[in-house]
Amino acid sequence: MQDLLRRYGTGLTGAFVLLTAFWLLVLIVLPNFYLLENSFRPYLPRVDMGGPLDTYSFDNYAKILTGSSPTEVFGLTVTLPVHVKSFLLTVGYSAFVTVLSFALAYPLAYYLAKIVQPKSLPTLFLLLFVPLWVSEVLRSFAWFIILSLKGPLNFSLLGLGIIEAPIRWIAGYRSIIIGLVYTYVLFMLFPIYNAIQSLDTNQIEAAEDLGSPWWRTHWRVILPHAKPGIASGAVMVFMLSAGSLLVPVLLGSTESNWFTQVIQQWMFEAADWNTGSAYAFILLVLCTVFVSLVMRVFRVKLSDIAK
Amino acid sequence: MSAGIDLDDVCCDFGSFRAVDHVNVAIQPGEFFSFLGPSGCGKTTILRMISGFTEPSSGVVRIGGKDMRGQRPNQRPTALIFQNLALFPLMSVADNIAFGLEVRGIDKAKRRARADELLRLVDLPGAGDKMVSQLSGGQKQRVAIARALAVEPAVMLLDEPLSALDLKLRQHMRAELRAIQKRTGVTFIYITHDQGEALAMSDRVGVMSHGRLQQVANPRDIYDNPANGFVASFVGENNILAGSVGAVGQGFASYDTPLGSFRARMAPNTGGAVKLYVRPEHMRFTAEAQAENSVPVTVTDVAFEGNFISVHALSENGTNLVAELRNDGLGNTPAPGAKLHISFDAARAAILPDETAAEA
Ligand SMILES: Nc1ncnc2c1ncn2[C@@H]1O[C@H](COP(=O)(O)OP(=O)(O)OP(=O)(O)O)[C@@H](O)[C@H]1O
Ligand SMILES: [Mg+2]
Repeated sequence: MQDLLRRYGTGLTGAFVLLTAFWLLVLIVLPNFYLLENSFRPYLPRVDMGGPLDTYSFDNYAKILTGSSPTEVFGLTVTLPVHVKSFLLTVGYSAFVTVLSFALAYPLAYYLAKIVQPKSLPTLFLLLFVPLWVSEVLRSFAWFIILSLKGPLNFSLLGLGIIEAPIRWIAGYRSIIIGLVYTYVLFMLFPIYNAIQSLDTNQIEAAEDLGSPWWRTHWRVILPHAKPGIASGAVMVFMLSAGSLLVPVLLGSTESNWFTQVIQQWMFEAADWNTGSAYAFILLVLCTVFVSLVMRVFRVKLSDIAK
Repeated sequence: MSAGIDLDDVCCDFGSFRAVDHVNVAIQPGEFFSFLGPSGCGKTTILRMISGFTEPSSGVVRIGGKDMRGQRPNQRPTALIFQNLALFPLMSVADNIAFGLEVRGIDKAKRRARADELLRLVDLPGAGDKMVSQLSGGQKQRVAIARALAVEPAVMLLDEPLSALDLKLRQHMRAELRAIQKRTGVTFIYITHDQGEALAMSDRVGVMSHGRLQQVANPRDIYDNPANGFVASFVGENNILAGSVGAVGQGFASYDTPLGSFRARMAPNTGGAVKLYVRPEHMRFTAEAQAENSVPVTVTDVAFEGNFISVHALSENGTNLVAELRNDGLGNTPAPGAKLHISFDAARAAILPDETAAEA
């Protein structure tokens, strides 16, 4: 703060602070607060708003427990409320997307950070970034085409003789998973790349010199060092996936129902913003709880991620 | 347990740049061998070729007589101590030391016992549960040595391991390293650009310049009988005089310079550009001119260095000569302005190939 004052003077510093405060307060805090407040109020016709029926309750939150559908889990049939099922599937598949992104990003990050010649790095980064120049909507549509039953992916796989019959990619949650991994894998890649980049190469060599095979060097030296990067990448990919609407809408099949789609249905199809808000907060709070639990299991502290 | 190392006409190229140039040396089992040379002369590259991180462009590295081509670092019986130590900061001291044993599948209790034993060997008993960041520089040093010793290497490779320490600790660790080497009998290959360190610790020293091995000899010969001007200059101080060789005979030659004609040792088949090298401590002052190798001078500067006194003197034709006189505590050193004769024994001076010729 002192530093800012000295460098930019009172006027400019004041403007920075005010703008940031405006952004935080008016564009983030207030709308969320408005939604939170609304989530506790019933959905009423305009004339009843502020009337005797307009009281605070958890009714909107409780709606998630209504309506049930039998579900097969590992051979057992359990009966779950439809929206709870959608929520659990969203969390489960988002976690799967996170794991898949890690599996793809870690080797690539290691390759970029420690193996590739520094002079070819800019080209490789450019290649990674090029897809981002196209809008997310177009990219999702592109995947829709790629994954369609008679699309280029099946055509190539058939042509190469890898599969015998075309695979129905846009079925269940498959295409959503593919789309989410594709959209968010870079959020995993860069934190891990940064973490591995900061590891002294001599440590990797020291491990090898002491006789360590490559997998043990990764397990004991590189992965522990990269843990904060992995954690922040994982939190980002998980939260973004669970909160994504575009990809599930564009790449979803008839059997898929992402939780954000449920929220959207409440808000825009039922025009019930109150229940929609309640669902949105359920998603936010439970995902945060889930992430905190996972972080505790892996012994990652919030301060590690902030680094 | 220890093994010898042969470098057989080893070269290493980085692109068009030759970092190591036809190095030949046979290091004996159990020897303490140092590579000494200025920064960038290829010392680390040699070590990396022995440990397997860099493959020679040509030539062969043999350890214990076995050709090491195609052997990865984790397959070689060497342990490298890195210039920056490269301890694992997220592991405890004991886990660091036991890492090599963990890799070899030794169970936890045995590993821990061995780590404690090694900690006692390097004089750090009870430090096993500390984290690396809690150690001082000298203690980290010892942990790095213990970690390398844990895998019972046949050869220890040390890349300037003491350069980060302060003078006192450095001297202490020199003695310590030497003692550990004697106790374990492992071949040590030690890299340094500190000539004092190399001379004090080693059985033999290889002096390098621009990727080439200039001389391999025991410390005494390196200092007293340097092979060329580069070695003479890198290992100690010299008065260097340029001139031309006159009459030659019986290991001596006369050498004519603008300061006069001198007689000095010269190896039989010395060719190319040569200069006369005389160490300052072999210079002495007398009131009268001596029979040979004597120059009249005026003392210009006397610097008191503690255990010796460095005296600068100017000859009549303006050549600056330096003498180092032992401080005998009697206080009879020349005073600035004194007109004296400076001289040296022919046996203490050498006509050597020019340093620049050796570098080319
Ligand atoms: N991977 C590399 N690629 C290109 N050039 C290299 C590489 N490694 C070393 N060199 C060059 O080879 C030469 C010798 O390097 P080396 O690290 O062996 O020097 P050194 O004697 O250990 O020096 P120092 O005392 O500074 O550590 C240097 O000029 C260096 O720039
Ligand atoms: Mg070096």
